Amino acid sequence: MNKKITIALSGNPNSGKTTVFNAITGARQQIANYPGVTVEKKVGRVNHKGYVVEVVDLPGTYSLTAYSLEEIVARDFLINERPDLVVDIVDASNLDRNLYLAVQFMELGVPLIIALNMVDLAETRGIDVDPQLLSSLLDIPVIPMVARSNKGITQLLDKVVEAANDVQEWHTTVISYGMDIDQSLYEIESIINASEVLEKKFPPRWAALKCLEGDHLILDVLKKDVKASQRIDVICQGIMKHIMSTLEEEPEGIIADYRYGYITGITKKAVKRKIDSRLNFSDQIDKVLTNRIIGPLFMIAVLYGIYAFTFWGSEAPILWLETFFNWLRGGVSSVIPQGFLQSMIVSGVIDGMGGVLGFVPLIMFMFFSIAIMEDSGYMARVAYMLDRVLRWFGLHGNSVMALIVSGGISGGCAVPGAMATRTLRDPKERIATLLVLPFMNCGAKLPVYAVLIAAFFSKGQARMLFILTILSWAFALFAAKLIRSTVLRGDKTPFVMELPPYRAPTLKGLFIHTWERTWQYIKKAGTVILGFSILIWAMMTFPGLSEVQVKTFEESRNGLLESFLASPDIKTCVKNKKDLVALNRLYDLYNRSMNNDESVFPDDLKKGPLFGMTQVAFFMEHKNATENKIDKKYLKGASRYIEFRGKMREIELLKQQMALKGTIAGWIGRKLEVVTRPLGFDYRTNIALVGGFAAKEVVISTLGTAYSLGETDTDDTGSLSERLKNDPGWNPLKAFTFIIFTMLYVPCIVTVIMIRKESSWKWAGFSIGFNLIIAYFVALVISKAGAVLGLGI
Amino acid sequence: MKRLIKMREMSDNQKGVVKKISATGDMGRRIREMGLVSEVQIQIQGHAPLKDPVAVKVKDFTLTLRNNEASHILVEVNEPKLP
Repeated sequence: MNKKITIALSGNPNSGKTTVFNAITGARQQIANYPGVTVEKKVGRVNHKGYVVEVVDLPGTYSLTAYSLEEIVARDFLINERPDLVVDIVDASNLDRNLYLAVQFMELGVPLIIALNMVDLAETRGIDVDPQLLSSLLDIPVIPMVARSNKGITQLLDKVVEAANDVQEWHTTVISYGMDIDQSLYEIESIINASEVLEKKFPPRWAALKCLEGDHLILDVLKKDVKASQRIDVICQGIMKHIMSTLEEEPEGIIADYRYGYITGITKKAVKRKIDSRLNFSDQIDKVLTNRIIGPLFMIAVLYGIYAFTFWGSEAPILWLETFFNWLRGGVSSVIPQGFLQSMIVSGVIDGMGGVLGFVPLIMFMFFSIAIMEDSGYMARVAYMLDRVLRWFGLHGNSVMALIVSGGISGGCAVPGAMATRTLRDPKERIATLLVLPFMNCGAKLPVYAVLIAAFFSKGQARMLFILTILSWAFALFAAKLIRSTVLRGDKTPFVMELPPYRAPTLKGLFIHTWERTWQYIKKAGTVILGFSILIWAMMTFPGLSEVQVKTFEESRNGLLESFLASPDIKTCVKNKKDLVALNRLYDLYNRSMNNDESVFPDDLKKGPLFGMTQVAFFMEHKNATENKIDKKYLKGASRYIEFRGKMREIELLKQQMALKGTIAGWIGRKLEVVTRPLGFDYRTNIALVGGFAAKEVVISTLGTAYSLGETDTDDTGSLSERLKNDPGWNPLKAFTFIIFTMLYVPCIVTVIMIRKESSWKWAGFSIGFNLIIAYFVALVISKAGAVLGLGI
Repeated sequence: MKRLIKMREMSDNQKGVVKKISATGDMGRRIREMGLVSEVQIQIQGHAPLKDPVAVKVKDFTLTLRNNEASHILVEVNEPKLP
């Protein structure tokens, strides 16, 4: 069996760590989370020279403190899992800052290899790093490489195998921090050495250093040995006072200064600069793209471009998927006999999954666009430009992308939006962003708006949609302000952020980024959504009609049938039930072929009285009849047939409506009337809203059922608009109230699950409650204020 | 003539050398770990469209800071030219 080597890949954000990881492991990666936290853990494997090298991708960090989740995760992994080697990816064009992390690994003492990445970029900037000299000064192997073009990857793996062959003890590098601090370090180190509390897991000097830096995690571990802990505390207090009085700084600051001093001492020798650090290409681009006037304009153009690209690109694949699901629905319906099983699989499983999976192309294109923005470095500029605005609302510059993806320009989706909040460091800002994402106008809410706008605001459709976009931003931002000044009150986090140099993204990197995120979305849809779809289906199906009711409907249908068959007008063509079935089939087929569907009406059926009647009935119903085509002798029979069909349909719809009213969802809808009456919502709108919790698309299809339109396709919204427009229970005010309520009321289930994944059940639950309260309150104000102003008539 | 000013007061394209960082806690830590420490050369790159945050070139890379963060950084600059 091959020997296994575990290496941990670490490095600053933007050091090309992901590129190195992809170059080493290719597509063979597993994504999971580090236990108990939302930080992504990627693991890949590669075989090299008879070894299995397992690569664990540590989160990108600048340091190894205990103040960010990523850094704690990275540190814990090194200390608890003890990988054979750490490979630190260091950006050669930005050596000093990248070595700050490397030096901390050296102080921790892990066996280390430095991968000096982007040497080509450094060269073009006139920065010439001598890898051998750097290696001997640091006493660490240094491998120069260009991960983007796969240069140096093999050499790196060679070195990994070679280094892993030597038995590697942890070896702490000692850096001097000046006499005072060094003395304290020595004292603390000897206390730690004498105490058993750290169980030899932590190197004593490193632990001592962490004590002086005020690292609460290490101090907490030490507290188990009360005496030692107290003595260390005294030393820390003493040096703190001393340093503050002499240098007016905290020891932590001094330590950072010395660390950088140590690094500068090394880079001065190992790095030669050919050109003075003048403005490089990236800086020149920034002069334009973050310019006061051009910057915002360009940003708007880019955001618009993303939407145009996403919708343009995903249009066709979405149609393909739709066709596929229709085909599947048809196939299943013909295989499984009619009944609950068919209904569950078609309306529950296939429709539910289809609703979610149908979004996949859209999401893929959106993620692809986002990957371009991230990989090119432009995303950081967007955050930079908008930070001033978002900060006022208690958010962070980086919140903007999440908001936009969620539907900041109508048509996004809160699911990838929730994933985009990962770029936010501070948990409070991240949760606040997560909580207001669902207010944005995602693609699933648009059909709801479309129906109601068409019915009640047909004069200014575009203007109305624009108003709704502005309103959703306003609600989201003010809700953020509310959350950040109440439940998530807290200081703004520092905005000290890097503007990475612009880089042309690699296709491989873009595809991997896109696929990773899309796959996570698909996985969710396949598990949780499936369950919820079935649940919602059950709620809208059971208990259904009572036997008596079913019987009543059956009777009225039979009565209608009998009186139709007994009618003298049709006696000549339709003599019995069999003839009627044949007529119905013929009529449907003719209808389809006349509506330019693909099925062609076969010539050999174009004869006989049944066809004659079909033809006349069709022309009568569609009113585009050229009189001369009609055989007058079928006129009476055909009009009778049309009347019969209409009545049968009415009975069927009444039955559906009754059935819906009798289900659990219907029961909930009626119970909710107590609360929703002040808003003007009756049980039918309530059922639609309850269904919308599964996915907002359901709102329209359910309204269709509740308003007796039978199967309402979300695309074919014209008829529902007509119906609502003529319904006395609806008016522009109620429509507007309903639109705003739909915009705000609850995140869909997938989003709730994403929020939970990115935070906790507590916040996911809060999100539902908070949104409901906001939605109710706002809708109440609108409906009451509207009524006072006399708009609701 | 050299004098000490806050980074916040520096104008676009002005150069200087960091002399002192008075920020403590998380902010101080963030500022330092990103490479803004004593004796480092900086140059202001520009400001965001709403004049805040500020982008500053530190050695070979660009950092952004909010104005209130930049107030905690003392920089030694050459006396600015007369307007």
